[in-house]
Parts: sequence; structure tokens; C-alpha cells
Amino acid sequence: MKQIAVSGLPQLLEAMAALEALYLPVQQGRSAQFTRYEAGMELSQDLNTGRSAKDLFFPQVENLVDFQVSGKNIEVVERRDPGEDFILFGVRACDCRSFDILDRVFLSEPQDTFYASRRSRATVVTLACHAPEETCFCTVFGIDPADPAGDVTAWMTKAKLCLRANTKKGEKLLAALPMLQDGGEDAVVAEQAAIHAVTEKLPLKDLNLTGFDGDHLMEKFNSPQWAQLSQSCLGCGSCTFVCPTCQCYDIKDFNTGHGIQRFRCWDSCMYSDFTMMAHGTNRPTQLERFRQRFMHKLVYFPANNDGIYGCVGCGRCLKKCPISMNIVKVIKTLGEGTT
Amino acid sequence: MQEQVKAKAIELLQNGTCDRVLAWKTGEFFYDLTPAVFTTAEEIEKDLVFNAFCGANLSKYLIAESRKGGKVAAFLKPCDTYSFQQLLKEHRIWRENTYVVGVQCDGMCDIDAVRERGVKGVTGGDFTGDTLTFETLYGTETLARADVLAERCRFCKSKKLVVFDELLGEQGEEQDADRFAEVQWLEAMTPDERFAFWQEELSKCIRCNACRNVCPACSCEKCVFDNPKSGVENKAAASSFEEQLFHVIRAFHVAGRCTDCGECARVCPQHIPLHLLNRKFIKDINEIYGPYQAGADPDTRPPLLNFDMGDPEPKRGDVG
Repeated sequence: MKQIAVSGLPQLLEAMAALEALYLPVQQGRSAQFTRYEAGMELSQDLNTGRSAKDLFFPQVENLVDFQVSGKNIEVVERRDPGEDFILFGVRACDCRSFDILDRVFLSEPQDTFYASRRSRATVVTLACHAPEETCFCTVFGIDPADPAGDVTAWMTKAKLCLRANTKKGEKLLAALPMLQDGGEDAVVAEQAAIHAVTEKLPLKDLNLTGFDGDHLMEKFNSPQWAQLSQSCLGCGSCTFVCPTCQCYDIKDFNTGHGIQRFRCWDSCMYSDFTMMAHGTNRPTQLERFRQRFMHKLVYFPANNDGIYGCVGCGRCLKKCPISMNIVKVIKTLGEGTT
Repeated sequence: MQEQVKAKAIELLQNGTCDRVLAWKTGEFFYDLTPAVFTTAEEIEKDLVFNAFCGANLSKYLIAESRKGGKVAAFLKPCDTYSFQQLLKEHRIWRENTYVVGVQCDGMCDIDAVRERGVKGVTGGDFTGDTLTFETLYGTETLARADVLAERCRFCKSKKLVVFDELLGEQGEEQDADRFAEVQWLEAMTPDERFAFWQEELSKCIRCNACRNVCPACSCEKCVFDNPKSGVENKAAASSFEEQLFHVIRAFHVAGRCTDCGECARVCPQHIPLHLLNRKFIKDINEIYGPYQAGADPDTRPPLLNFDMGDPEPKRGDVG
């Protein structure tokens, strides 16, 4: 275990940024967002960022290839951003778990090499949640906000920042930061106890996921409750785009007038044209689109992934949905009457 | 007011005035209310809420609800009635299938404003007076209502209910709040400063379309930006210019029809002050064509949809 006084944080950030590109939550107007460090930036005090940490591995838009046409020849030019090694600092336990979920999608064969490259170049430093909020329900998914995963786990108390390396990459990072001193074990134990005292009081901690599995697929799919749950849904993509585990994308060709740029961008199952391809209408009304989002996270994903849910309880959709419909309400409503 | 709203909703169902009621439904907390259609007195008793967090404007839902047959009663706040009336003018809502209960409003609060004032982990409280009390995971906190009002309520344009079948609470008046102050602040910038301001704000956009989908003035059956055949459909921006294009085109499209209900800014997950684009258009229209408030009355033709020989011919530089 390593430690540094809170007053040494600016110096620590500066030292990390000197090693590799550093991304951390920084206040941008009314939200905190993961931001590339520049001298003088401060770590946001917010519990979580507006957009999730998935952006660093799965950006909203990226160019894949260009097609340059001359006469009868089409030249394919790879537009892959080579990327760089980077440190992702201040990731919360929920977002860190979301990387495991995204890995299952993007790193299974055939591997998504764009995603894989960024994952392999990152050193993830997580930060325990000093003050969980009422919208937090990560513990429902077996996540401990007092002991997040990552290459390095950090705890911030009033007096100091404590850091523990969990992987070889993490050890290498901490070894390269000479201002860190040994110690901090007692402070971490106290901080963890304080966090657990709060998680015991979280209003959503008893969310019951009984019956959300492949065995109850048709029962959940055919529930008459979807109609009232989806009735006010605006069909916007807020929930999907702030969600740390939503991973759907579209690949499109943009005609520049003198060639084609093929790019991929986030897509949302809430949109009317989602996966609208040659076969035409897929999910004709918002009911089907809304149902798809929650069936995917709560039934299809666990059925295909050893029971792991496609939700990490970060609470962003609870805070961001314009009409305050969210996965907690869906779980509670559909869970009623489960046998 | 909550009890009055509930009692009225049940009365309208039971006396046959309507067969369903559009209002706000309780959530997990006091602030996460969802617009909902109620069909029984039991549902209303159990789930209908009217409190300081009923920000959602219900008018747009009436486009679909009024077409479903039967009659729907809706509770509309003063600013919601402007949207409703504007939609009537655009022939988007079937008036004969709606019954509007106007409900007076003390200004709605913004839960994000509460959080930004350091009150975190809120689980309950009392939100009736000028001082709001919040129960949180970390103790009890108080905040002045005035400090946590939604932006559009801090600059409330009107407490007048411009259309209703009956009224709960008192009829109000147009308000004197200086809602163009921030527009003037933008106008005082140099063009380069203003461009930088909007570039920074609009580059936060994640193209979730919440602003468009919640907007009562955006009621096209199929938006051009959702149509794969339009050639401009775009789910994510290829460059930051794309977002600027989207928001500026949208602002032009709703100019003269936007009532300044403020829903676009309320729902933006990235907190982009989108209402300022629309408010700039409103101010310009007021200055060029004379004062005009969309949705204020049923008859006046919107300046940008009207022509008369005396129309001014604004040119570059006439407005800031």
C-alpha cells in the first residue's frame, strides 16, 4: 500500500501525466467529465461523471477506413488511430465493472481490435466511492464501492490518498511515482468501514433480481407491464449514451464527394431506425424498443454470459432520463409476481 | 395542491368528463416523477403526484393521446398551456378529445441544482414552503427554493393559464422576469467570443435527441435527422460542426413557434443551455416584428408564417 497527503495530489497528477497521457474526471460546467489532463486541472469532487468511462475505450465516433476511388480502382486506406498508452484515473467501481461487461462483447472472437488496442494501452486507477448517492445500486450486482477493481485501487480520505496496486501494470505505475510513501492500510480500513455504513442505508440496495434470467425469458418478454412502463418514453438516446454498458453501434459510410469515409458511431435501441437494414421494420413502436433495452441488460445478456447482468448500478439513467423512467423501475415492476 | 389535483382527477373520471387522466406518477424518490396516463381512481390515489418536481411539460403527449379516442383530461401548468395552445394552432392536438385542468404553479425545482449546491444523497424531505428541507443519506439540509428553481422558473415568463376548461388555484399574470438578460450577455460578445461559446457548449452534445424529442414545437411525424433516406441522418457527429448544424437547424425550425417552455435545457444530459438559442430568436422576432409570444392566444398568426406589406426587411446587423 502506498499513500500521499491530499495536498500532494496536484504533484501526483502532474507526475502521472509526465509518464503517459492522463484522463481524469474534471468539472466541465455543470458536470464532471473524463478529460485529458492539462497543467493545473483538478480532480472533480463529483461522485460520478456525466458520461461514463466507456468513452475512453469505445468512443462515440471513430473512423475505420476510407475508400478512395480513382477510375475503376478503389483504394482502401485504414484510418485506425494508433492511440497511445494512457492512465485512466478516478474510475468508480461501477464503471470499472462495466469494462468487464464490454470486454465480453468486444474481446470475444472475433475480437474488436480497435477496442482491444485501447484496453491494452490503458492503466486503470479506480477510486473508492467516499460518498455514495441515493441513485447508487452497484451492490445489487455484487460490486463493492469500497474496494473497486482496476490496475490500481485508490481511496481518498480527508487527509490522504491511498493506493494499492492490483496488477503488474499497476505495480509499474506506482513504482514510477517516487512521491508515494509506504503505508495507509489503517486509513483504508476506516474508509471502507465508513463506505459500508453508507451502502447499508442505500434505498435501492434490496433491489430483487429473482426471475431475471434465461429461464423466465418468455414470461418477461410477454409481460403486459411493458405497455405502461414504455408509455411515456420519448425515444431519445440519453439512457443508452450515458450508460457505461450500452455497446451498440452502427457502421456507416459518409460520401465526402471525392471518396467514402467509413465510420462507426454509437447507436441506440431506443431509436426508430436502429438496426433498420435490408429487412425493413424491426421494432415498430417504442414499446418494442424500450423492451429490447431492458430485456438485453436483464435477461438476454445474463442468459448468454454466465448470469452476469448488463447493468452495474451506476445510477446515470436514474439521473438523466428526461421522464425519469429507468432500469430500477423496470426491475421493480417486472419483478412483482415473479414465482 | 397535490390533494386538490388528485381529487379533481378522480372526480373527472367518475363523473364521466374523461376516461383517462394525464398527470405525473410517483417514482422511487420525491423528484423522479414520470408523465403517466391514469385510468382508475385507485391508481390515482396510489401514484399521482403533484409537487415541486413536476417539471415535465405534458402538452406534447396530447398529440398522441388526443388521437386515441375517448377523452383525456390533462393537468397543465401555466407554461404548459402555452405549448398546448401553440399545438392547437398547429392543428396537432384534437381539442375536442381533451379536457384541460389548469393548475397554478409556484415554480418547479431542479434536482440537479439541489445536487450542485452540495446536497447529495437526497432521499426525502419537505418541499412546500420557501425553504426546502432535504433528508439525505448524510443528514438533513435546507435550501432556499429560489436557489434551486429550474432555469425557466427563475425567469418565469407567465403564471397565466392561457387555455383551460377549469382552473385549480388562482389565475395568474404574465411575469416581469428578465428572461432576455442572458441573451443580452451573449449579444454583448464579439462574434468570435460568441462562436467560441457555442462551439464549447455544442461540442458537449451526444446526439441523444432528448431536446428534440421532448420539444412541443418538434412534432414532425418523422424527423429529417431520423430518416435514413434523407442523406443528413446522423446518429453521432463526424465532427463538432455536425452538432452545431443540428442545433442551429432545429432552432431555426422552431423559431416563432417556440413558447420558451425550457424543456430542451431541462432534459439535456450534458446541461447545454439550449434554451438560449431559442430565446435569442424570440428576442429578435420581438425586436423586428413587434412583441410576440407563441402560444399566448389562439388567433394571432406567428410573425414568421405571416406576411404583410409593412413587414420590415431585416438585414445583417439589425440585431445583435
